[in-house]
Amino acid sequence: MKKSKGSNLAAYAGTFGALLILCIIWAVSHDRFMTYNNWMSILKQTSFNALVSTGMLLALITAGIDLSVGAVATFAACLAGCLLNMGVESTPVLIIVALAASACIGLINGLLLTKLHLPHPFVSTLGMKNVLWGLALIVTGSKMISFVNRGVDGIMWLGSATIKGFPISFIVVIVIYVLMHIMLTRTSLGRSIYCAGGNMEATRLSGINADNVLIFCFAFSGLMAGLAGLVSIGRSGICNGANAIQPYDTDAIAACIIGGASFRGGKGTMLGTMLGALIIAVLRNGFTLLSVASSWQNLVLGLVIIGSVLLDVVRGRMAANALRKAKA
Amino acid sequence: MSEYVVELKDIVKTFPGVVALNHMQLNVKPGEIMGLIGENGAGKSTLIKVLTGVHAADSGQVLVDGEEKHFKNPQEAIHEGIACVYQELNMEALLPITDNIFINKWKKRKSGLLDYAEMNRIAKETMLDLGQDIDVTKPAGTFGMGIQQMVEIAKAVLANAKMIIMDEPTSSLSDNEIEQLFKTCRKLKAQGVGILFVSHKLEELFELCDRVTVVRDGEYIDTRPIAEWDNDSLINAMVGRTLDNQFPKKPGVKSEEPFLKVENLSSIGVLRDVSFEAYGGEILGFSGLVGAGRTETMRAIFGADKIDSGKIYIKGKHARIKSPRDAIGSGIAFLTEDRKGQGLVLPESIGLNLILANMKRFKSGILLDKKKMRAAGEKNVKDLRIKATGLEEKVQQLSGGNQQKVVIGKWVNTDAEIYIFDESTRGIDVGAKVEVYEVMNELVRQGKCVIMVSSELPEILGMSDRIIVMREGKITGEMRRGEENFNEEAIMKAAWEV
Repeated sequence: MKKSKGSNLAAYAGTFGALLILCIIWAVSHDRFMTYNNWMSILKQTSFNALVSTGMLLALITAGIDLSVGAVATFAACLAGCLLNMGVESTPVLIIVALAASACIGLINGLLLTKLHLPHPFVSTLGMKNVLWGLALIVTGSKMISFVNRGVDGIMWLGSATIKGFPISFIVVIVIYVLMHIMLTRTSLGRSIYCAGGNMEATRLSGINADNVLIFCFAFSGLMAGLAGLVSIGRSGICNGANAIQPYDTDAIAACIIGGASFRGGKGTMLGTMLGALIIAVLRNGFTLLSVASSWQNLVLGLVIIGSVLLDVVRGRMAANALRKAKA
Repeated sequence: MSEYVVELKDIVKTFPGVVALNHMQLNVKPGEIMGLIGENGAGKSTLIKVLTGVHAADSGQVLVDGEEKHFKNPQEAIHEGIACVYQELNMEALLPITDNIFINKWKKRKSGLLDYAEMNRIAKETMLDLGQDIDVTKPAGTFGMGIQQMVEIAKAVLANAKMIIMDEPTSSLSDNEIEQLFKTCRKLKAQGVGILFVSHKLEELFELCDRVTVVRDGEYIDTRPIAEWDNDSLINAMVGRTLDNQFPKKPGVKSEEPFLKVENLSSIGVLRDVSFEAYGGEILGFSGLVGAGRTETMRAIFGADKIDSGKIYIKGKHARIKSPRDAIGSGIAFLTEDRKGQGLVLPESIGLNLILANMKRFKSGILLDKKKMRAAGEKNVKDLRIKATGLEEKVQQLSGGNQQKVVIGKWVNTDAEIYIFDESTRGIDVGAKVEVYEVMNELVRQGKCVIMVSSELPEILGMSDRIIVMREGKITGEMRRGEENFNEEAIMKAAWEV
């Protein structure tokens, strides 16, 4: 038992090493990189992606994908902005409606997959992304809506408040990641999620309601994306429907895959995903410090995503080879 | 010129641990339909694979028109005129019949573009020749299985096949389509093509074949002209085996009331009015050919597949089982035949797989209790003698026998009353088989109900207290241990005859 825990941690050594090397490169390239303020800003940026990646990870473990997470986050923010414009000035109401709507959208994604038998969540969530893009523009009248000085500062607290510069949003992320880690490793629901991804049919025949497991994953993904939407309000003070097509989903996929998740399902951890999300945030932060044009940032991030998927493929092949040799 | 279009002499083919073909022989004359028959696992498939170049024989000769050939791959066999129409058709359902026929052998114009006029003409002519007047420009998927099979035959004809192997060609055809297929076979025969006709259905062999070869346990048994065979002699030739002592049968005490009672289970095209009772303290064997509906019956009872009608009673109470979850709640355990595809989560640990079917037993509060899991897991490993480095080892790293033991452990942990073992000893070594039988004995000793689906007659006869035989979705026979008809011949008759 002890030995396996050690080897589990060793699995993160590569990812952690990559993060470390990246940090060293940036630290050498720019003297502001290793400052406290810069790191707090990195953590703030990480918060959004880390929340979105939570849902993405669940979807990936079940051998699915959730391409609507970025659009859900934007829509949740826009919905809050729309309600504010309509005169709803109660912070709790705005937060609850935004989160409930996000969870409902995730629920619909899950139902489309399980009850209406759409072939792969790729289809339903990609469609949903476009639906939400449209909806986000419709509810905001295609205009940015500001939350600043409108009597709902509470809604911005999550994304903007800090304790001595340390972002509250990242503390929330840590709490959620710890709870999710326990959920995934120590509860029957968590283990069922891995089993559904490892072998859906065997899981069903073991008496586990695999449909409900999937529906939970997608609904939870929606909820986390909604939370990320609230964080985004706090960070920017506005909501903007056009953000629905920002590459938030791909950042989340990259974080999960870099962290050890696989498109084949059954794999992935919260710790790995956290490291993945940090790598993405550090990468973007360094580019910004060095004033690299956003076009180049996009290009490099695209390569990172392709590289991480390639890594996943190579890992799969190596595992298959090792298994073959072990059996021979 | 040889008398035979194809001749196999003294073929030996071994796989690790198994002799699949042991001095096998077979010959087919031009213009002859040769039947090939044998039990499940008798070596028919391997024989076909050697003939078509999928497997190379370890020793022995493959002669085509009297010349020795060594096929390295199926393409070479096709080139020498040996074609095979497989049970599972490889059809591009969305492409026209023409495209399906000419896939990989396109006819082109000088310009390099495909010559559809010519291809359609040839396709139409060939299909017509096989007795099918159809529009070859329509997608293959719009036609029935019979026509799709004809497309495969047309491909063989166009490749100038000297011999066509048909592997259970009638298994998915309607009566009408079977009639058409037979006509086509006779036509091909008249053109001098040799046909190897593999079938599970005796009446088809009698109707169509000139000679029939029987194989058993990978060995050649006999070839005779059809007139010299009858039902009994064919079945005897297929069975002809003595039981030895590899079955440690220990009888239990049969319960008064049935644990499981199934009434008129029906599912269109799959099951027809299946009714039976299973008791505690006994092993009820389910015999029959592959595809007879045994696994389908068990899946229906377990709630894995929907049924059209029928009732299930557990210990006298009507059980409404709609999902595997309901079935497990009613005390049913189902050890599926495909342990890798349906029984185990291969990339997960032994420990997790062992608790998969009953996770709530291992909870304390909302968390899974590691201590309980480990205690149960270690007990399973000890009781079932699972050979592994530890509970953390991934199931995919285990041997087949040990994987099967994990499946057994998973279900034993549900404390079920009714255990369905579906082909549980397939593909595991003899030692592991005996251990599976010992588990059945232990369950019976505890007064539990064991249902054993098996295609291996010695095993069914060796372990069952009672045997139910199925054929084409129906129960066609029942035998009790100790009664006169508790033997292979009676089972085979029930399994093979209409």
